[in-house]
Amino acid sequence: MAWWIWIIIAVAAILVLWIIGAYNGLIGLRNIVKNAWAQIDVQLKRRYDLIPNLVETVKGYAKHEREVFENVTKARNMAQQASSAGAGERGKLEGELGMALGRLLAVAEAYPELKANQNFLALQEELTSTENKISFSRQFYNDSVLNLNNKIQMFPSNVIAGMFNFKLGEFFEVTVEAERQAPKVSFS
Amino acid sequence: MWEQIRSNQVRSVILLGLIAAILLAVGYFIGLIFFESAIGGLIIALVIWAIMSLVAYFQGDSILLGMAGARKVGPSDAPRLYNVVEEMKIASGLEKMPNVYVIDDPALNAFATGRDPTKASVAITTGLLQKLNRDELQGVIGHEISHIKNRDVLLMAITSVMLGTIVILAWYASRVLIFGGIAGGNRRSSSSSGGGGGAQVIILIVGLVLMILAPIMAQFIYYAISRKREYLADASSALYTRYPEGLASALEKIGASTHQLKKANQATAPMYIANPLNKEGRKLSDLTSTHPPISERIKILRAMAGGVSFTDYNSAYSQVHGRGGVLSKAAMGAVGAVGMRQASPSAPGEMALSEKAARSREVSDMMLKMDKYRIVDCPCGAKWKVPPGYTEDSIYCTRCGRTIKL
Repeated sequence: MAWWIWIIIAVAAILVLWIIGAYNGLIGLRNIVKNAWAQIDVQLKRRYDLIPNLVETVKGYAKHEREVFENVTKARNMAQQASSAGAGERGKLEGELGMALGRLLAVAEAYPELKANQNFLALQEELTSTENKISFSRQFYNDSVLNLNNKIQMFPSNVIAGMFNFKLGEFFEVTVEAERQAPKVSFS
Repeated sequence: MWEQIRSNQVRSVILLGLIAAILLAVGYFIGLIFFESAIGGLIIALVIWAIMSLVAYFQGDSILLGMAGARKVGPSDAPRLYNVVEEMKIASGLEKMPNVYVIDDPALNAFATGRDPTKASVAITTGLLQKLNRDELQGVIGHEISHIKNRDVLLMAITSVMLGTIVILAWYASRVLIFGGIAGGNRRSSSSSGGGGGAQVIILIVGLVLMILAPIMAQFIYYAISRKREYLADASSALYTRYPEGLASALEKIGASTHQLKKANQATAPMYIANPLNKEGRKLSDLTSTHPPISERIKILRAMAGGVSFTDYNSAYSQVHGRGGVLSKAAMGAVGAVGMRQASPSAPGEMALSEKAARSREVSDMMLKMDKYRIVDCPCGAKWKVPPGYTEDSIYCTRCGRTIKL
């Protein structure tokens, strides 16, 4: 065979290998995004589970703050019901829940006996950590989405992404301004 | 395997190759001197290396944890520590929760171990656990988790096994050469023909020099790899926590401590967050240290104003050093601009103390202003009081290493 046939074969082989590599890379990134999303879910569920316990504990000491308890419980239930919604809608509801929780813990500030309660202290640590885990998993999710979106939009991998119809990931933004400024719950 | 090591630097791999070359050279000369064929020596070197590698691979982490006297803790024993490790595991995207260990020791240190990210452990001394607040603990654990995530643990294990093999081989070979060499050399030269004598002597001399130099060279390379990985781990920790000040102030506390870790040795040193063998008051020279100087690491972290991405760390490094960067281009490409977060609210006791300090600082600032002092803010958060008689047009910030124009 003539030499140029070999060159064509070699170029075609490299092209095919590159397509396989780029496709697999995109799939890998998309799986990381999916996994990161599941991780946020786990942490948000953990927060839903902690809230009834927390409300019960605080109730024992602060009986007159009914409105605050109701708000937290309502926000929790709404967020839980929306758990199958997209990242944008969820971000909003989770932000509201975070705010309601912040108010509950601010109320707890006024009760020194409550702050000395071992059960409350343990719950506090769990809640702080869960809030952190939520924001770290959100951070990792957003980083992964950024990586995926970059690959989908940048040349040359955008060609492959277009061929196999990869969709851009959606960032998990917290829409409530107050939540963005004070994502941590103050216990001091 | 290597392509899995995200942001692994080409330089680390080249240095690893260099150590391997030294190991082979040592084996080669041992073969030439003792068996009159290079193959025998190479085989001995490789067999010893293989055995040590297997032990390190399968038993390395339990040996290391055992030597350090670490005990495993669960979420109920040390809830804050366990939670922080889990937080950093999530932030780094590690697939599996590492085992958490505590070392009963007042010294301030922490290390990570484990052959791959799915079988990893993090250990921290009780002293450090007590001294740090949540943000600082996060910084330290972030540093350790990134050693796991970047596969530094594996890289350092491979390197230290090669170093160990070189040291063992060179030690025995040089002892045999020095004490038994004269007798052996006589016997061999008398048995071989007269013409080979000259070449034999040259090989003997080169071999002896190599046996003495090889362990030293290998050690230097080992230190160089270790230092590089420390910078990368600091940068990753800042990226994971989004808060470089946490690690910076933790390092400050670690640097100020005078306790020495009881159960640490040369082999385990690179895995700790700060060099456990560093004696108080002794300034380690750059070449013979497993870790960059703590003061420098703090300065770099504090010079990262505004962003926490690898790019920011790199420019902070060149700012502190006045020359090039420390991280590879590939490492920096991953994430673009990344913002910093606020400090977590502190525990009640600390709050009161810092409030008091802030008030007295305010008063003293006012008095100084009345004395015509100039108050200059550094981007790292430090406030500098410049006396009225100061004539230069800039000052040097000792906290982050910036030069501030007046």
